[in-house]
Amino acid sequence: MIEQLDQIFVLLLHWILAWLPAALRPVTGVIINVATIVCVFPALFAICVLLERKGLGRIQNRYGPNRVGPYGVLQPIADGIKSLTKEDIVPLSADAVVHFLAPVVLVVAAFLGFAVLPMGRNMALVDMDASLLFYFAIGASTELSVFMAGWSSRNKYSLLGAMRAVAQMISYEVPLLMSSVVVVMMTGSLSLVKIVEVQNQYTYGLPHWYIFTPWGFAAFVLYAIAGTAETNRSPFDLPEGESELVAGYFTEYSGFKFALFFLGEYLAMLSISGLGATLFLGGWSAPFAFLTWVPSWIWFFGKMMLSILVFIWVRGTLPRLRQDQLMNFAWKFVLPLTLVNLFVAALWRFMGEGWMRWAVCSAILAVIYAFMCRVGMRREHLGPREYRYAE
Amino acid sequence: MSLAFLFISALTVAGGLAAVALKNTVHCALALTIAFAGLALLFLDLGAQFAGFAQILVYIGAVAILVVFAILLTRGSETPKDGVYSKHWPGGLVIAAAVFAVLGWAILRSAPLLPQDSATPSVTVAQIGQALMTRYVLPLEIIAVLLTAALIGAVIVAMHEKEGAQ
Amino acid sequence: MTPLAGFLLVAALIFSIGLAGALTRRNAILVLIGIELMLNAANLNLIAFWRYGPHPEALTGMMFAIFSIAVAAAEAAVGLGLVIQVHRHAHSTDLDAMNRMKG
Repeated sequence: MIEQLDQIFVLLLHWILAWLPAALRPVTGVIINVATIVCVFPALFAICVLLERKGLGRIQNRYGPNRVGPYGVLQPIADGIKSLTKEDIVPLSADAVVHFLAPVVLVVAAFLGFAVLPMGRNMALVDMDASLLFYFAIGASTELSVFMAGWSSRNKYSLLGAMRAVAQMISYEVPLLMSSVVVVMMTGSLSLVKIVEVQNQYTYGLPHWYIFTPWGFAAFVLYAIAGTAETNRSPFDLPEGESELVAGYFTEYSGFKFALFFLGEYLAMLSISGLGATLFLGGWSAPFAFLTWVPSWIWFFGKMMLSILVFIWVRGTLPRLRQDQLMNFAWKFVLPLTLVNLFVAALWRFMGEGWMRWAVCSAILAVIYAFMCRVGMRREHLGPREYRYAE
Repeated sequence: MSLAFLFISALTVAGGLAAVALKNTVHCALALTIAFAGLALLFLDLGAQFAGFAQILVYIGAVAILVVFAILLTRGSETPKDGVYSKHWPGGLVIAAAVFAVLGWAILRSAPLLPQDSATPSVTVAQIGQALMTRYVLPLEIIAVLLTAALIGAVIVAMHEKEGAQ
Repeated sequence: MTPLAGFLLVAALIFSIGLAGALTRRNAILVLIGIELMLNAANLNLIAFWRYGPHPEALTGMMFAIFSIAVAAAEAAVGLGLVIQVHRHAHSTDLDAMNRMKG
C-alpha cells in the first residue's frame, strides 16, 4: 500500500499506456510525461507567486493581496487574466523576430531543466548518464535569451539591464558549477538519480545527505548564493530592480510576453531549488529512517517549496547589492571558496572514516572563510571620493 | 539517412549560412547560436552525449555570449557605410566553393571504402573521466595551462591602456 | 550513401560556409565567427569518425573533440580581445581599411 502510494504516478502512467497498442506506447508515454510537467509546474508557479506576494507583504508589515478570494488565494488567477488580456505592445524600432523569440527561448530552457530532476523514486523523466551536465548546459542557454530580450528592445535601459544581467549570470555560473562538482566527485557519477540513491542511506536513523558533511554544507551555502544570483533574485536583482532601471531587460514587454518572462524566472527558481534539493538535501529521501513511509514525491516537493520560502525570506530581508559589489563578491570570494571546498572534499575522501576528518575539514573551511572575510573583502580605498568622467 | 538527421542538418546549415550572410551583426551572432545548437544535436544523434552537452555549455553558454559582447563593445550593430562584404568577395566565394567541391568529391568517391553502419557505442562519463586521468592526462594538463594563459592574455590584451583602470 | 558519408558531407558544407564567411566579410568579428564554424565542422568530423570507426571504445575521437572545443573557446576569447583593442586604436573593425602595413 505504501509502495503503491509512493509509485502512484508511475503506476498511473503504466495503466494508461496499457490501454494502447504497443507501437504507440513510447510516444504517448513521452507526451503524457511532458504534459504533466507543463501542467504541474505552472501551477506551482501560481502558488509561488501567491506565497511571494503574501510573504513579502507580511515581512514588510503589510497585508499582501487580500481582495480576490478568501485571504487573496485567487490572486494568481486574476494576474493571469490581466496578463492575457493586456495589449501586446511592440516598439516600432524593435527587432520583431528577436523580440518575439526571447521569452520563448527562456521558457523552453526553463522547462527543459525539469526533465532530469528525480521527483520521486523512479520518477525522473529522463535518466541520462550525464543529466547534471544537461541541466547546466540548458541553464547556460538562459543567458542568451536575456541578452536577446534586452538588445531587441532598442532601449538604452533594456540593453544596460541585459548586459548587467548577462555579466552577473556568467560570473555566478562558475561557482554554481564548482559547488555541484564537489557532489559529483564524492558520488562518482553525473547522474542525478544515482546521486539521490547514494544519499538515501541511513546511519542510526540519520540520512547520508551531503549537507550534513562540512564540505557539503559549505557547497550548499555557495550553491544557494550562486543560485540566487543566477536567477536574478534579491539581493542580486539589480538587472531587474524595479527602482533602478525601470524594469531592466523586460521594460518593453507587456501582456503575455511579460507573463512568460515572469513564468520563466520563477520556473528557473523552482528548478534551481529542485536541483539544490537533489544534490545536497537528498532529493526524494526522507529526513529520518522512521519517516520513509511518506511518499517520496512529497519530500521532494516539500524541500523545493522550503527553498522557495527561503528565497522569499531573503528577498524581503536583505538589501540589494550593487553591480560591482556583486561581481567582486563572485570572483574574489565565492569562487576561491568553491576551489578550497574541492580540496577539502578530496581531503575528506582520503582521510578515511572517523572523527578526525570531521575536525580537520571543518577547521580548514572555517579558517579559510574567516581569512577571506577579514582580508579578501576589505575595502582598500576609504579616502575622499575620486571622480572619473566619460571621455 | 534518418529524418532527424536531415532536419537537424538543414537547421545547422541554414544557421551557418545566416551567420555569414546577414547584414546585421547581432543577427549573425544569433544565427551562429542556432548553428551551434544544431551541431550539438548532431553530436547527440551520434551518441556522443558528453561532447554534445559540452558543446552547448561552452559554445552557446560562453562563446556566443562572448561574440555578442564583442559586437556591442565595438559598435558592430551599426551598419557600415561601405557595405558589409569585402571588396574581394567573389574570390572568397570561389575558394570556398572549390574547397567544398574537393572535400565532397573525396567523400563521395571513397564512400564504398568507409566503415559501414555499426551499433551505437555506449560510453559512460565514468569512462571519459578514466581516460582523461590515465591516457590523456598530459593533454589535460596542457589544456589547463593553455586556458589559464588565454584567460590572462585576453584580459591583458583587452584592458584599458591607462593606469588604474577597472 | 552511408550515414558516415552524410555526416562528413554536412561537416564539409559547414566548413566551406565558414571559410566563405571568413574570406568575404569586412567586420573582423564575422571573420572570427567563420573560424568558429570551421572549428565546429572539424569537431563534427571527429565525432562522426569516432562513432563509425573501428575502435569507438578507445574514445580517441571524443577526446580530440573535447580538447578542440576547449582550444576553440580559448582562441575565441583571445581573438575577440584583440578585435576590441584594435577597435580602440582605429575606431573601426573594417578589415579592408586596415592596410597601413601594405606595400
